[in-house]
Amino acid sequence: MKSEMSRNGANHHENVACPFCGILCDDLDIGPSGDGLKVLKNGCVKSVAGFERPLSEPKPQIDGKDVSLDEAITAAARLIKESRLPVFGGLGTDVDGIRAAIALAEKGGGVVDHALSEGQYRNFRVLQNSGWVLTTLTEARNRADLFIVAGSDIHKLHPRFFERIVCNEASMFSDNPPKRTVVFLGEGLDQSAVAGKRIGEVLTIPAKADRIAEILDAMRAMNKGGAVSGDTIAGLPRAAVEDLLERCKAASYGVIVWAPPSLTFPNADLTVQAISEFVKEINLTSRFAGLSLGGNDGATSAGAVCSWQSGFPLRVSYADGTPDYDPVRFSATKLLDAKEADLLLWLSSFSPDIPPPDTDIPTIFLAAPGFKSARTPKVYIPVGTPGVDHAGTMVRVDNVVSLPLKKLRQSNLPSAADVLEKIEAAL
Amino acid sequence: MLIKLTGGKVYDPANGVDGEVRDIFIEDGRIVSPDPNAKVDHEYAVHGKVVMAGGIDPHSHIGGGKMTIARMMLPEDHMHDTVARTDLTRAGVGHAVPSTMLTGYRYAEMGYTAAFEPAMLPANARQAHMEMADTSIIDKGAFVMLGSDDFFLRQLAGKKDFSAIKDYIAWTMHAAQAIAVKVVNPGGISAFKFNQRKLDLNEKHVYYGVTPRDIIVTLARGLKELGVVHPLHIHGCNLGVPGGYETTLETIKGAEGLPIHLTHIQFHSYGTEGDLKFSSAAAPVAEAINTNPNVSCDVGQVMFGQTCTASGDSMRQFITSRSATPKKWVVMDIECDAGCGVVPFKYRDKSFVNALQWAIGLELFLLINDPWRLFLTTDHPNGGPFTWYPHLIRLLMDKAFRNDMMQKINPDALKYSTLASLDREYSLYEIAIMTRAGPARSLGLKDRGQLGVGAWADITVYDDNPDREAMFTTPELLFKNGELIVRNGKIIKVVNGATHVARPSYDPGIEKSLKPYFDDYHTVRMDNFRLSDDEIINGGRGSLIIQPTGARVA
Repeated sequence: MKSEMSRNGANHHENVACPFCGILCDDLDIGPSGDGLKVLKNGCVKSVAGFERPLSEPKPQIDGKDVSLDEAITAAARLIKESRLPVFGGLGTDVDGIRAAIALAEKGGGVVDHALSEGQYRNFRVLQNSGWVLTTLTEARNRADLFIVAGSDIHKLHPRFFERIVCNEASMFSDNPPKRTVVFLGEGLDQSAVAGKRIGEVLTIPAKADRIAEILDAMRAMNKGGAVSGDTIAGLPRAAVEDLLERCKAASYGVIVWAPPSLTFPNADLTVQAISEFVKEINLTSRFAGLSLGGNDGATSAGAVCSWQSGFPLRVSYADGTPDYDPVRFSATKLLDAKEADLLLWLSSFSPDIPPPDTDIPTIFLAAPGFKSARTPKVYIPVGTPGVDHAGTMVRVDNVVSLPLKKLRQSNLPSAADVLEKIEAAL
Repeated sequence: MLIKLTGGKVYDPANGVDGEVRDIFIEDGRIVSPDPNAKVDHEYAVHGKVVMAGGIDPHSHIGGGKMTIARMMLPEDHMHDTVARTDLTRAGVGHAVPSTMLTGYRYAEMGYTAAFEPAMLPANARQAHMEMADTSIIDKGAFVMLGSDDFFLRQLAGKKDFSAIKDYIAWTMHAAQAIAVKVVNPGGISAFKFNQRKLDLNEKHVYYGVTPRDIIVTLARGLKELGVVHPLHIHGCNLGVPGGYETTLETIKGAEGLPIHLTHIQFHSYGTEGDLKFSSAAAPVAEAINTNPNVSCDVGQVMFGQTCTASGDSMRQFITSRSATPKKWVVMDIECDAGCGVVPFKYRDKSFVNALQWAIGLELFLLINDPWRLFLTTDHPNGGPFTWYPHLIRLLMDKAFRNDMMQKINPDALKYSTLASLDREYSLYEIAIMTRAGPARSLGLKDRGQLGVGAWADITVYDDNPDREAMFTTPELLFKNGELIVRNGKIIKVVNGATHVARPSYDPGIEKSLKPYFDDYHTVRMDNFRLSDDEIINGGRGSLIIQPTGARVA
């Protein structure tokens, strides 16, 4: 097999893009190792787990019994045809996979939603309500002199974010770039990756996550010249908040970073909004930008493709043929909990570890091999992982850059797009 | 299969045909001159109908990140215009920022066969092309944005050898799969990142020390010497600024006779007269265009109603955000490459400013003499959605209709415009130039935008209805590459359009400077930055048409 060729053979890949988190680092070297792949350069805990997962090629199943792919596709198509309201959830796939999922949902009259929509909606609600000023990874990497990490454990979600965007030594704007200040606004955030020549002060402001919005609102009010009373703000000494505001105003390019999946308290969209409104305010006089992270498991690709094809960022129902949008009603979780849906097609091609919702309605799982589920799905079709088993494209978390994914090994696993297109054709 | 369109009145300005009754024959996708004895397989009797080439929109924001931000941002605008799937067509939404498939359908239903995305950021090129790939039926292409990207600004500030700059321009066109180059607020998008809030034509970028004029001249000369057919597509400095017309006149002068295209000049033709210090300067701008044959333009006509402005001009859009309707907006600094600003906007006919913007656009149409250098656009969706084109054509062709519409707008606005005194009415021949032959020639689209023998059979047949809005809203027939796609304004067949690109030559040695630049500063590797042909073709979803370029000079 090709994957067993020597390191100098055709199967040593450089500049590989990694689909296993939203940052899509594309500087990995990957080569063959025994039966599998090995990350040779620029790996992280997520990419190693993803790329080095051994290849297995199980058969599709119906009710837990091995069947041919054609039989599984026929059975899946029949279930969709008979369904009153199918939900097309998970959607952990690449651009072509999302395209195929939306086409199938249209024809099957179902709802599309992503596994991580709850987090993404903390942002989408703000975009649809008031907007923001944002930056992107390369811009922040070269330009920022102040980073504020707001209530999000970035290192856990994106193990190479600090290495690549914050601690990088080179900046295109100076041979001797000024040291950066990094402020951790929140409790218990992993700071271990913030080190090196480029890093100046590292500050911790131990705000409770659900009170970060108060701090941003207070700073916005202060900046406008409004009166903010009290010796403490959001449980912090007033002086700490005033100091933070002064740092923001003095920064030549400040960046405030958050990851919506980390903001797991109720109404966290209001925190994203407070951050965004503060950034707008500071921009009246100096430059500042938000940088939203997350976007793992293809969430960004799903949101983008669904938006350009349907007009709406997920949570779209095609039950009556038109795109019907309701970010509350058409949450996959909600439809399953309320038993409004009568069929779940769950797509998860990046990792076997993301659990599908526990539901007693019939399920069709298109998932990476090794997939675990509490109940036996009606139909299970193992699919390849984009960027490992087949080529593809994904949209990076900043919604600007997209990256090509390579096929790194020979495998008989079909792509999710292929399977979905075949199901659609069989409808 | 030989197809015959019999007895139509043909308007084919590229071949000097002005309403003559002619038969047109199609075979294998192209217009042919068959043997007189050849058997016609299918005949369409189009006696008395108007026959033109398929419409070509040379400036319409149809694909790319800022459009998808706009789509995500405006569910309320889509909800009034949702469209169900059919056995033939996909579901989608319309109005200001339509979904991709529907964008293609609506262009086709309006008699258009191509549209060009004018503001593709190199860093966002892959997504722009994916969106365009999902834009059904029509051909497309994109202008790649340069001039605020740090690599170019470093070259310019470092006084790099001009041929290396040309190599970089050409490399970027290849890498981004572009047909032309656009500059947006030259240097200004970058200057905004350094907290400059305006950048006049001769003002220095605070970090790089170069001026917008330097940038324009360098890019315009570079493209000319690279043999790229479409001249530098310029969204100038000071968009929307009262008094901005002076910048426009200076930009024309500063081009030193080099070919340039000034886009959405309506937004760049504002004077400062009157109590509100806002007036039309269409007359001097039109005069400058009339007397400078190196300059072409499109208008960016404003239409009344809700729309969304989406631009690479982060500097100006940040200021425009004060007028956002509804009150939400996005500004982004992007990848040491470019920026964007998305600001929803509602143009009101009773607003003095908006009414005057509408009048200025029409004035420009009516005062610029040469339709070969003037293209019909609303800068979709910035001045209004492209679905307004039939209405706009009627405004240009029908003075009485124009007068009626003038009665509805803010009456004070007309005091600061010469519109009411202009009697010109466009002919069908001139409309065919502005919407077909002119854009095709300007973009260098070989065998498109015309109906001569050998041309691709992109053909629209209209009923010759004196209500020109009705006529252009619902063509009777539309052929794409010889296939019948639309009948009586309804789609009967769906095809995938092609992507037009241009590939001027470059010395691959430029990658010796680009690779370390990407490695040291960027978050994307050079090899991944570049879009391959296979990504466009994507198993048949798309196809490429490489348009000719002239010989490179030095």
